Amino acid sequence: MELIDITLIWVGLVGLAVIMYVVLDGFDLGVGILYPLLPNEQARDHMMRSVAPVWDGNETWLVLGGAGLLAAFPAIYSIFLPALYIGVFLMLAGLIFRGVAFEFRFKSQRYRHWWNIAFAGGSTVAAAAQGFVVGAYVQGFEVEGFTYVGGAFDWFTPFTLFTALSLVIGYALLGATWGIMKTEGETQKWLYGATPWILGATAVCLFVVSIWTPLTQPTVMERWLEEWQRLWVMPFIGLVSTVLVMWGVVKRSDFMPFFSAIGLFLSAYAGILASKLPYAVPPQITFREAASAPESQLFLLLGILFMLPIVLGYTAWTYWVFRGKVQHSGGYH
Amino acid sequence: MEVLDPVFLSRLQFAFVVSFHAIFPAFTIGLAAYIAFLEAKWYRNDDPIYRQLSEFWTRIFAVVFGMGVVSGIVMSFQFGTNWSEFSFAAANFIGPIISYEVLTAFFMEAVFLGVLLFGRDRVPRGTHLFAACMVAIGTFISSFWILSANSWMHTPAGFELRDGIFYVTSWIEAIFNPSLWYRFAHVAVASLLTGAFVVAGVSAYYLLRKREEEANRRALSMALWMILFTAPAQAFVGDLHGLNTFEQQPIKVAAMEGNWETREGAPFYLFAWPDSEAEENRFSVGIPNAASFILTHDWHGEVPGLKEVSADERPPVGVVFWSFRVMLAIGVIMIAIAVWSLWLRIRGRLFVSRGLQRVLQWMIPAPFIAVLAGWFVTETGRYPWLVYQHMTLAEGVTPSLTGGMVLATLIGYVAVYAIIFSAGIYYLSRIVVKGPESVDKYASTEVAPSRPMSLVNIPFEENEQR
Repeated sequence: MELIDITLIWVGLVGLAVIMYVVLDGFDLGVGILYPLLPNEQARDHMMRSVAPVWDGNETWLVLGGAGLLAAFPAIYSIFLPALYIGVFLMLAGLIFRGVAFEFRFKSQRYRHWWNIAFAGGSTVAAAAQGFVVGAYVQGFEVEGFTYVGGAFDWFTPFTLFTALSLVIGYALLGATWGIMKTEGETQKWLYGATPWILGATAVCLFVVSIWTPLTQPTVMERWLEEWQRLWVMPFIGLVSTVLVMWGVVKRSDFMPFFSAIGLFLSAYAGILASKLPYAVPPQITFREAASAPESQLFLLLGILFMLPIVLGYTAWTYWVFRGKVQHSGGYH
Repeated sequence: MEVLDPVFLSRLQFAFVVSFHAIFPAFTIGLAAYIAFLEAKWYRNDDPIYRQLSEFWTRIFAVVFGMGVVSGIVMSFQFGTNWSEFSFAAANFIGPIISYEVLTAFFMEAVFLGVLLFGRDRVPRGTHLFAACMVAIGTFISSFWILSANSWMHTPAGFELRDGIFYVTSWIEAIFNPSLWYRFAHVAVASLLTGAFVVAGVSAYYLLRKREEEANRRALSMALWMILFTAPAQAFVGDLHGLNTFEQQPIKVAAMEGNWETREGAPFYLFAWPDSEAEENRFSVGIPNAASFILTHDWHGEVPGLKEVSADERPPVGVVFWSFRVMLAIGVIMIAIAVWSLWLRIRGRLFVSRGLQRVLQWMIPAPFIAVLAGWFVTETGRYPWLVYQHMTLAEGVTPSLTGGMVLATLIGYVAVYAIIFSAGIYYLSRIVVKGPESVDKYASTEVAPSRPMSLVNIPFEENEQR
């Protein structure tokens, strides 16, 4: 036993990068998912303006997560990406269209309709692709040694289709509650009305995934039955978060719905990890086996320890600079 | 060759995605430096023309940077999707290097780009200048890391191979591998040249139409000074880089020279049609002994030929040979323009010569072509190696890939990029047509908080006023 377990630290760091990405890009993807449903162009303006200053910073966490994975757990990187080949392409294409839509939509009148579609479609496709990743992770991969040997569409099953749908709806919940916090007037009123429906759909999805996973995966079933004394905390937090989102909506609170929705995501994320750890590439490869050389993990860890506080500081600072409600006038025009 | 060969199609896909991505940083590195320079002049002299120029070029920068970021995200996933065996084997080095790029450059660019684009009226002038400098430095840091990773694949160092996995034994040797500084200098100067030629070309476009003449004369003059220093410097740096490649990757140089036989006093071919089947050149026109002199600094020096290695270890000679000549030809034209502009300047006719302005206007695409040609030389010249002499492209490719999958996504990327590129180019041309006149020299720059392109308030379509 070494004095410091670097690999364990890296599990935490990559886990942090992923959850940072899920929560941060989750709400701005969610805004795109809600886009076609929003009542009018003005609401779309407000919602897009509320995420415009921060979305590209949010997406940088995806790049950091990918690069960190390659650096610390190359086996995960080099098995997940080939296994999800088509899905990764769809996600990237979605992110590209949505990224440029941010820049062009506000300057376009004649083509605005198309940029709306690019934004909504790109966000939804990217979110669904990420939902397939979650489902594929739970489902497991066909691996020989450290090489993916399955087919191109193994990730496409009824189960992963359902996790994709769940994540799209879950991101929509983050987007809606974010919108409650950042808008006022008509837009906010509409969001208060829509949130309970999205919350209900999210809760149903989470419930079904929670039942479906152990039923298809005996190992997960065993894990939950054996460790129930400790693991019950996660579904409990999920339940409390759901109630708090609803309560926040009823109370017309600006902040509570969004932060409670984050709680819901955290509990789901922790629940999935608890079902699978220590397996990094289920059902064979543990995160220790997937780890890169200790000297490589250490070399990057030194940089992370120095740079991550600065990065987090910057992120917090941008959110502080752009705090408060989106202005009705001004903006891009 | 099989049409649906995953290795071939993956190379094609990677080449397409990299080429598309590479033109954006090549431009933004140079332009960021120019903007920082303009901001420094404005800070010192208080001359509103510098501020006007800076704001105009920052608009262009914002759009190009945005497109570079979007295409860059794709790059970071290409390693895993198409080259998973390489990613797995080289992760101990490549992983930390790319992570350091994200940590030290991407976030730094993001922080200060926000301040540069939207902070003029919110932060003190000194802070704003500082932000411009940080963005410029960030682009150089970014290219340093990515070129370190790329150079290592050409001239791997500081590692040992165990069970097919690369383990780093010395980070210093691996990061500062034998070709890094040559490559970095060559790319950095190329970026400065690209920025300078675009600025010169666009300024010439305005001068030909007598628009904002004072500002554009100044911009043209600055860009031509930059070209005067960097164009000859690039010839010098390129020569050093070539000598380094001759030492490290002699077969690549043999392909660049179209030299089949190992011989003394090898000629430099101005024109040749390399025939890989017959292992010789058809219709060659060369300068006797020149290649030997360039490479060994001896008219009779011995240079190794392509036949030193077996046919399956040779790069595609025609591509390397002709890409190299395209790059060289553009470089020579650039030096000629530098000399011409100096001569006009000395005679006091720099802003009068319509000829120079017309040539500069037509030269705008040239640096981009040169950058791409240079990439083709260095990257196809590495064939069949992915990590030079340690891992071939066939060994590095993702085993589960089928040709159909790669072809489908290749077509997908081409389609996506075609749409995005046309929209971007169209929009950039709209900004250029509107011109620096659209920047009010004295106005407040208060704009909506958003990034990165939203500084640009020009409508997307022609017939739209607001």
